[in-house]
Amino acid sequence: MAHNFPEQSVGLVTPQVVHFQTPFQFCNGATLDQHQLMFETYGTLNASASNAVLICHALSGSHHAAGIHAAGDQRPGWWDLAIGPGKPIDTDRLFVVCSNNLGGCDGSTGPNTPMSGGDTPWGSQFPQPQVRDWVRSQKLLAEHLGISRWAAVVGGSLGGMQALQWAIDYPDWVEHCVALAAAPGLTAQNIAFNEIARHAILSDPDFREGNYLAQNTLPARGVALARMVGHLTYMSADGMSDRFGRELREESFSPDGSEEQVFQVESYLRHQGARFSTRFDANTYVLMTRALDLFDLAEGYPDLATALSGAEANFLLLSFSSDWRFAPQRSIEIRDALMATGKAVTYANIETDNGHDGFLLPDPTYERLLSEWMKRVGPSP
Amino acid sequence: MNRLDLNTVLHWVPEDCNVLDLGCGDGAFLQRLCDERQVTGMGVEIDADNLISAVQKGLNVIQEDINDGLHCFPPDRFDVVILTHALQELTHPHIALERMVQIGRQAIVSFPNFGHWFCRLHLGFRGRMPMSRVMPRHWYDTPNIHFCTVRDFEALCSKLEIDIIERATVAGPAQRLLGKIWPNLFATSAVYRICRSGQ
Repeated sequence: MAHNFPEQSVGLVTPQVVHFQTPFQFCNGATLDQHQLMFETYGTLNASASNAVLICHALSGSHHAAGIHAAGDQRPGWWDLAIGPGKPIDTDRLFVVCSNNLGGCDGSTGPNTPMSGGDTPWGSQFPQPQVRDWVRSQKLLAEHLGISRWAAVVGGSLGGMQALQWAIDYPDWVEHCVALAAAPGLTAQNIAFNEIARHAILSDPDFREGNYLAQNTLPARGVALARMVGHLTYMSADGMSDRFGRELREESFSPDGSEEQVFQVESYLRHQGARFSTRFDANTYVLMTRALDLFDLAEGYPDLATALSGAEANFLLLSFSSDWRFAPQRSIEIRDALMATGKAVTYANIETDNGHDGFLLPDPTYERLLSEWMKRVGPSP
Repeated sequence: MNRLDLNTVLHWVPEDCNVLDLGCGDGAFLQRLCDERQVTGMGVEIDADNLISAVQKGLNVIQEDINDGLHCFPPDRFDVVILTHALQELTHPHIALERMVQIGRQAIVSFPNFGHWFCRLHLGFRGRMPMSRVMPRHWYDTPNIHFCTVRDFEALCSKLEIDIIERATVAGPAQRLLGKIWPNLFATSAVYRICRSGQ
């Protein structure tokens, strides 16, 4: 790479923190006396605060959606593909906000935060958040920033579900809603995969019932295995065949000298697992997967169409043809529920081998469509 | 190609109504309806590039294959459902017509008339499937798999218990009157406004 600031990058960004001193009550009744949210913003909020876009992150995402934190940083934010000057979510026009969800491990109050009045981290005692809780906490953030209505709420996967929840819970707050590779709720298969991931973490002896920080251990093996399982569900069979085939890794030798043949795909998964285990918190992973399992867009309503009937947003739903985690049919369920009550919807199924990860990866059709659709968001130039 | 049928469709769509354009292509006609008739429009389009062009125009479009049955739309969801010059491309035109008059209070359909004298002459004298400026493709690689005539269409409507509210014909300048009198022979295209029986 010739330079560290590729064109169309938001460049260097500094995460910000907001503290809330008033108690926050979760859907399950548990309360935090005070809490903080870590967030980043890109672009400039206009005088009428009519150009604010909220980005909701997925399971393992964070507030760091775009740009880099230090010169020479090789890894930009998780959605640098879509956020930046001249990009689909154009920071020349829009003020973009992304926060780390409550219960996360990237700076917002979560399992690693000390419980009030002590040094002991919450660990596995941290309240189980639900998507609705995150929506409510993001509303506090919006109010803190002087925003009273989002020009758009945008997210993929779990983030897409959160965007839809926003549109239901605060209809007059959401002008446009973008849900990519989302679902109205998890299937038994989805929950089963999450359970395997959780089981990997919970059965790691270093997990110590979630109190590993206090006991100076780290359930890295469990987290790595959980990530390997999760990561597998983000890719498609064809995509994996194209990328790895049955290729062996070049230096496939074990340390003790006996030859060990390692397929590229094994090496890739191990690498993904190992890297993830150093940056992601085990308790957060358990909380986030449970939040996914518990998510039900129609909760409290007789059906999905009724749940969405109060929404006022203009919707964009995109699915990815090879996504088997939240298959296109799941987006179509949301689409049909929206259309049953006469909502404004655009829907497309992007033809790709990228699987569930499709919303994070480059694809000309996907990027053009998102880009063209986003032009209706915010004040017209 | 100058699509005279679209002018008729445009005039038949009431102002301020709720329109679904099936096979909306790049959305140009739907946009015209929005601009000139102030309709609330939605499109259905299968091709991604077309869909992006329509989205670019600020339209709401669903990527869907009309042949899959349009099950996503509830009954009477639209005031008018439009299908212009696409009936002949559908796998099951009769099923699409039935669905159109269910999801819309009315439907407007236009199609090229295969009963036109040119087609008859071409087939009658040359013994080959007609090809022309309007129908430039060979029989084996044309998307037009279900050509019909004006009389065929009316017979199908009768069979499906679909009422014909109105019919208009498009014909060459010299044959405009003939097209009105003998549409099956002189209309190049026909436009129908239909609804389900007893509506």
